[in-house]
Amino acid sequence: MLTLERLHLRQGDFTLDADLGVGAGARVAVLGPSGAGKSTLLMAIGGYLAPDSGRVLWDGQDITGLPPGDRPLTTLFQDINLFPHLTVFQNVALGISPRMRPTAEQSRRIGAALAEVGLAGLGQRLPRDLSGGQQSRVALARALLRARPLLLLDEPFSALGPALKTEMLGVLEEVLDRTRATLLMVTHDPADARAICPQTITVLDGVAAAPEDTAALLADPPAALRAYLGTP
Amino acid sequence: MAQRAQPIALRLAAGAAALAVVALVFGTLAAVALRAESGARLISADWAAARFTVFQAALSALISAALAVPVARALSRRRFFGRRALILALGAPFILPVIVAVFGLLAVFGRNGLLNLALETLGTPVVDELGRQGILLAGHVFQLPLFDLYGIQGVLLAHVFFNLPLATRLLLQGWQRIPAESFRLAASLSLNDRQQFRVIELPMLRATLPGVLVVVFLLCLTSFAVVLTLGGGPRATTIELAIYQAFRFDFDLGRAALLALIQVGIGLGAALLALAVGQRAAGQGLDRVVLRWDGRGWRRYTDALLLLLTALFIGLPLAMTAIRGWAGLSGLSVGLWAAVLRSVLVALGATALTLLLALPLALRIGAASARPGARLVEALGTLSIAASPLVLGTGLFLILNPFLDPMAWALPLTAVVNALMALPFALRALVPAATEAQRRFDRLSESLNLPAGTRLRHVLLPRLRAPLGFALGLTAALSAGDLGVVALFADPNRATLPMEMYRLMGAYRNDEAAAAALLLVALAFGLFWVFERIGRHADT
Repeated sequence: MLTLERLHLRQGDFTLDADLGVGAGARVAVLGPSGAGKSTLLMAIGGYLAPDSGRVLWDGQDITGLPPGDRPLTTLFQDINLFPHLTVFQNVALGISPRMRPTAEQSRRIGAALAEVGLAGLGQRLPRDLSGGQQSRVALARALLRARPLLLLDEPFSALGPALKTEMLGVLEEVLDRTRATLLMVTHDPADARAICPQTITVLDGVAAAPEDTAALLADPPAALRAYLGTP
Repeated sequence: MAQRAQPIALRLAAGAAALAVVALVFGTLAAVALRAESGARLISADWAAARFTVFQAALSALISAALAVPVARALSRRRFFGRRALILALGAPFILPVIVAVFGLLAVFGRNGLLNLALETLGTPVVDELGRQGILLAGHVFQLPLFDLYGIQGVLLAHVFFNLPLATRLLLQGWQRIPAESFRLAASLSLNDRQQFRVIELPMLRATLPGVLVVVFLLCLTSFAVVLTLGGGPRATTIELAIYQAFRFDFDLGRAALLALIQVGIGLGAALLALAVGQRAAGQGLDRVVLRWDGRGWRRYTDALLLLLTALFIGLPLAMTAIRGWAGLSGLSVGLWAAVLRSVLVALGATALTLLLALPLALRIGAASARPGARLVEALGTLSIAASPLVLGTGLFLILNPFLDPMAWALPLTAVVNALMALPFALRALVPAATEAQRRFDRLSESLNLPAGTRLRHVLLPRLRAPLGFALGLTAALSAGDLGVVALFADPNRATLPMEMYRLMGAYRNDEAAAAALLLVALAFGLFWVFERIGRHADT
């Protein structure tokens, strides 16, 4: 259970407020116009931005002061999820062996995770030799191995074409099924939300609302969201 | 806003490196200042040296920049076979050992140089009523030798030899920064060459030239080996040379210290000027050619002539050194090889030290969380361009003399000073890459909770490999060819290769000196090549 307790962030003129909870195992889309603060919300939960006030709790424990790597979560950023000079295997290995000295057992698990996301046999490639979709799969394989209870996605598939994106959402669902992780996924496309997120947090005018039922929300969006979606 | 945490170990290393640099620079300065207070007097020759120091540096800067403008312009608007090679060659004088350049320049412009020789064969030898030798050429009698490098003209020529290429590269960067669209627009408005120069190129020059002038001025201010070999006497002595003479010949430490203070004062003033001008040097991608429509007709020939002369000016002295050196190689003494070994050791020591200092400093400066402190460190880097190796040497001597024999420690001390002198150049090369690597990968490293060791080995070092190789190669080459502080300390039995070569030149053993020059060039460029090569092999 993720709880944001009167979270408040300020960056110059921009402010973001969030006071909400997300149930364990929930799959939640974070929807809103660009610049509204979707990514900022995610970065605050991930520990990349410190809030000016308020707390971030996981299962009742205050994690506001923890560095990103010590939080019970994995983040997939919009870009740069892989080190370009390390092989696919090495990139995934860093997820469970931070000193990059995986044991035989760990190596076997890395191979299995790569196979799981459809990259069997590509471990020795460099990221630049992979397609965009394959690169996303590497990052997902690492998330699968880390198996943290919360997965934060900051539009990691936004650079992919529609067919590839659907495919990646499929892989993502498999990863979630295996890890039973809670998902928070920033997107600007309501179709993504419909596809895999039963719940949606809207971020409008610097306020993140509590999760609502995705289908109901999109069927009858509030005025501000309606303007963004372009629905009459 | 949150700060991105940098591993503690890295911060500690950077702090230690900064402390070491500050302690060395200010420690030696304090030693010099304390010693200078105790009653030493300057003689009028010292004030003449101060005036000459500033005068020659200013003149060197003006001549280099003035010549560099047409050369850089020609380079920027022409494409031809060998353009890349020429631009690459323009970088060579920077790591060329000074003593070798002097030797090569003497071989071309000196008393017995190529130029005098050519003119003598062209004209008719005559002897005037006072018995002086001359040459009758085109109706005039010229006194022999026509060219003589010893004196201010030699100092200026050598400084232009080193700094014309540097200034040309810096200006070429300025030209490259002009967007191609500007030239297209000028062509569509059918501006003629002069109009285009005024509208597009002059504004760029106005922004770039002050920085170029200041950089050359700073470099010439602390130039020592050139003045040691070509200058001297009451009319061509700089403060650096005066320090050396007070130290080495008169052993008047008080006066040496006082002179050192004056050098620091001048250097500091110039460095502040540099900070005010704020030129950022170094950069890549000089072999890009912008499509241009100006410079047609006769200008093609003047450009070609200009570039040819530039290539000859850089190439001939080196070629003469190689030719004469090759012939002398067989007659090399065993002692010279020992000097080679000592030079290699000094170079490697300086390189290792630069690595220890520059890497943590660059990473710290490049860290997102370190902005205000980083400015300070970068400013210190610029200041140290104006720092003088002779002043550092004098200070080190004053500090260490009570405890140990600085002469016996000449080589390690030389390595330390060399590392310090190379530090600003190393930082210039490293900081942009360090900034970029951390900006891009810190978030990912943090999200994976990578320990400091992994971050350094698997993330940062691979990203920094190429500029690191370049920086270390530069340090090794500069240190191997250094004839500065080592001249202050070293005794003849423990000389480095540049010292040995200087000694051979002084003894008029020109064949051996030429061979030593060839070895020295091979050593400096070889070291640079090896380190650069290691860096290039990064698979990114």
